[in-house]
Amino acid sequence: MDMNQYLSMFIDEANDHLQALNENMLQLESNPEDIAIVQVIFRSAHTLKGMAATMGFEDLASLTHQMENVLDLVRNDKLKMQDFIFDTLFKSLDALQSMVQDIVEGGDGKADVTSIVDNLQAIVRGEKPGSSPSGGAAGASASQSQAKTALELDEFQQSVLEQSMNEGHKAHYIEVTVREDCQLKAVRAYMVFDLLERFGEVVKSYPTVQDIEQEKFENSFSLYYITQKDAADLESMIMNVSEIGAASVMPLDKESLQQLVSSASSQAAAAVETPEKPSAPAQDQTAAPAAAASAAPKDAPAKKPAAGGAPAPSRTIRVDIERLDVLMNLFSELLIDRVRLEQLAGEIKRSELTEAVEHMTRVSSDLQNVVLKLRMVPIDTVFNRFPRMVRDLAKSLNKKIDLVITGAETELDRTVIDEIGDPLVHLLRNAVDHGVETIEDRLAAGKQETGTVQLKAFHSGNHVFIEIIDDGRGIDRSKVAAKAIKNGILTEEQAKAMSDDDIALLLFAPGFSTAEKISDISGRGVGLDVVKSKIESLGGTVLVTSTLGQGSKFSVQLPLTLSIISAMLIKTGDEKYAIPLSSIVETGLIKRSQIREVHGYKMIPYRNANIPILSLKNIFDIPGFDEENEEETEIVVIRKGDRLAALTVEEFIGQSEIVIKNLGSYLPAVQGISGGTILGDGQVALIIDPNAFIK
Amino acid sequence: MGQELKVIVFKLGTEEYGIDVDKVETIERMLPITRVPKTYSFVKGVVNLRGVVIPVIDLRGRFGLPETENTDQTRIIIVSVEDMQVGFIVDSANDVIDLDTDLIDSPPEVVGGVKAKYLDGVARISEERLLIMLNLSEVLNKSEIIQLEGLEG
Repeated sequence: MDMNQYLSMFIDEANDHLQALNENMLQLESNPEDIAIVQVIFRSAHTLKGMAATMGFEDLASLTHQMENVLDLVRNDKLKMQDFIFDTLFKSLDALQSMVQDIVEGGDGKADVTSIVDNLQAIVRGEKPGSSPSGGAAGASASQSQAKTALELDEFQQSVLEQSMNEGHKAHYIEVTVREDCQLKAVRAYMVFDLLERFGEVVKSYPTVQDIEQEKFENSFSLYYITQKDAADLESMIMNVSEIGAASVMPLDKESLQQLVSSASSQAAAAVETPEKPSAPAQDQTAAPAAAASAAPKDAPAKKPAAGGAPAPSRTIRVDIERLDVLMNLFSELLIDRVRLEQLAGEIKRSELTEAVEHMTRVSSDLQNVVLKLRMVPIDTVFNRFPRMVRDLAKSLNKKIDLVITGAETELDRTVIDEIGDPLVHLLRNAVDHGVETIEDRLAAGKQETGTVQLKAFHSGNHVFIEIIDDGRGIDRSKVAAKAIKNGILTEEQAKAMSDDDIALLLFAPGFSTAEKISDISGRGVGLDVVKSKIESLGGTVLVTSTLGQGSKFSVQLPLTLSIISAMLIKTGDEKYAIPLSSIVETGLIKRSQIREVHGYKMIPYRNANIPILSLKNIFDIPGFDEENEEETEIVVIRKGDRLAALTVEEFIGQSEIVIKNLGSYLPAVQGISGGTILGDGQVALIIDPNAFIK
Repeated sequence: MGQELKVIVFKLGTEEYGIDVDKVETIERMLPITRVPKTYSFVKGVVNLRGVVIPVIDLRGRFGLPETENTDQTRIIIVSVEDMQVGFIVDSANDVIDLDTDLIDSPPEVVGGVKAKYLDGVARISEERLLIMLNLSEVLNKSEIIQLEGLEG
């Protein structure tokens, strides 16, 4: 399987998880007792491990695995968090980070982590880890590479250790650090060796004995040692040698030996493949960005062949959505200037100017597309969790259901994506629970055993449609009508006059459920009305069509973006307002003599019904317009759900794409105003929220 | 000697007021204001300041002083406090001065009809020149406005 397409996703997610791990670790450090945080960390680590393993980054996976072991003990209360555990875990995170960094730069994510793994294992065994990682940051990489070489036991040495263990001897891994101010390091080292030789046998040491004797070592050396003595005894024995700074003795058992050997050998392989690797991550960790940048091109050619000439992953960056909003704002300013320029060019009528402005218009509409695209996310990010959900639901309901998803690549504005998940879950559950019949019912109805639920997404105009279609029993008109009559929503006459689709829409009325029995999944009568209000709050609509016995179709229509909408600009008095087209049914002209008073409300006849008529002038106290004396008046018929109302205005200006802006946080919310927009002449027009007028 | 403070000086009537220059984003001549219905009487509406919609209040109205007609000297001072951008309509604004914070005294109960709680203090710049330092967070305190509104309603 070609993993490259997933690589960028992996990198993004890995970074996210690392970020989360870091933050949570910090939190945990301030509340070490909080097991809940440990759980979160554990889950993050677990996910990361799984992803790394899938992508074939073994080192990443194995290090995360070791971290998990530690965390597992902690969350099961078998281990108390302590400073050194935190240190080791943080070090592990740093190592993970540099591995991921390496992958980003086209490497294979291999790094030398043996010493960290060692320490993690030591923690799992309930010991304090060796002193090497507790050395300063500068010394860390040196001791790391030492430890690595030290751990490279060959087969013979390994079998010696194993045999002696079998014979009841104890094997230890010892690290000794000579004090920095020590004058005769070799002598002290010799004394330690001499001491150890008296009670057992040194199997291997790093640096080699010869090197140590010639003082070819920094400050510390490590060795494998077989003896009868206990770790604590050994430690105090070594510490008795003067000028020894630190000594750590780590008992080995077969299991840990095995692990050390296997990780060491893979380490060795990695080292052969890419000799630069061990230094590169260390560099990335500490170097300033500039240094990293200069290091990257140098490393890149060396790494390319190692990675098998694989193309670099398509690089994605995650951008704070606020920055995109800023970009959008700046762009909308540009749009306003463009309109102004177009006006001016039209007045001045110079062909060069007109040409230049026309070109700018073209470029800026391309730019508009790009800017809008930036905020777009494929709806797959919402859809991808549905197959599993439908499967589980079908199982628990004892139904057989195929979920067919089409158009998962359809893109939607990020803000819409974030909100649309829950309503879709509702609709899908509804289709699975109420729509598709049980296997017996299906067979009895002459249908196939397996029901199909289709989930479709597609673009059309400025909208995105999401359809959920099932081939189940459909909506029973008579049942819905009966229920509506019983609940007092409809009278019998009204019900008769309604079309099938209108009846089906009753399902979205609050507190409406026709399911005879309440199941765990849906049917509590809450849900569909919530779905509807949620979708409407996103500027969308939901419709349902159904054929009894053949299935139903729920169709959700959503605007492509929330920040630019189509609106009708109107004028009343000296003021201009914008009304979103999505809530306008139609515009028209009525005679004022048509207005009647019904129970103190002004109504006008509109398509076989009377709808209330409201005066924008009165609602907003707009000066400079005397509508009472007009003979005819312009109206905009607005709707909220299926309720209509007419709004009187003075004049229609026209339809326009407008950029929604908020009015600033200082102003309290004004009823009936949802925001503002900037017109071509630079003035602000308020956007009317017609929903507020219809109660 | 206290700290140096750069202060934008503006006028309401005959009194001179000061705002810390760090809080002031820009000073504009009058801009076309779009009225916002159903809000406080001192909120004159919103303006378009380079693509951002900003509410504008008449500082005279805010302090309960009589409002006047706009003149050539009328300015809008855009301040930014606690992530809130608001424009103040003032009679004029044409000075920036350096002020020694030691010169600022705590304000008397009422200065020029403005209640003390809207003030940070009064600075005597010279014998006949007093500068009233505004406490912007108090001036823009929304919870207080809501109470005020409740009384009016």
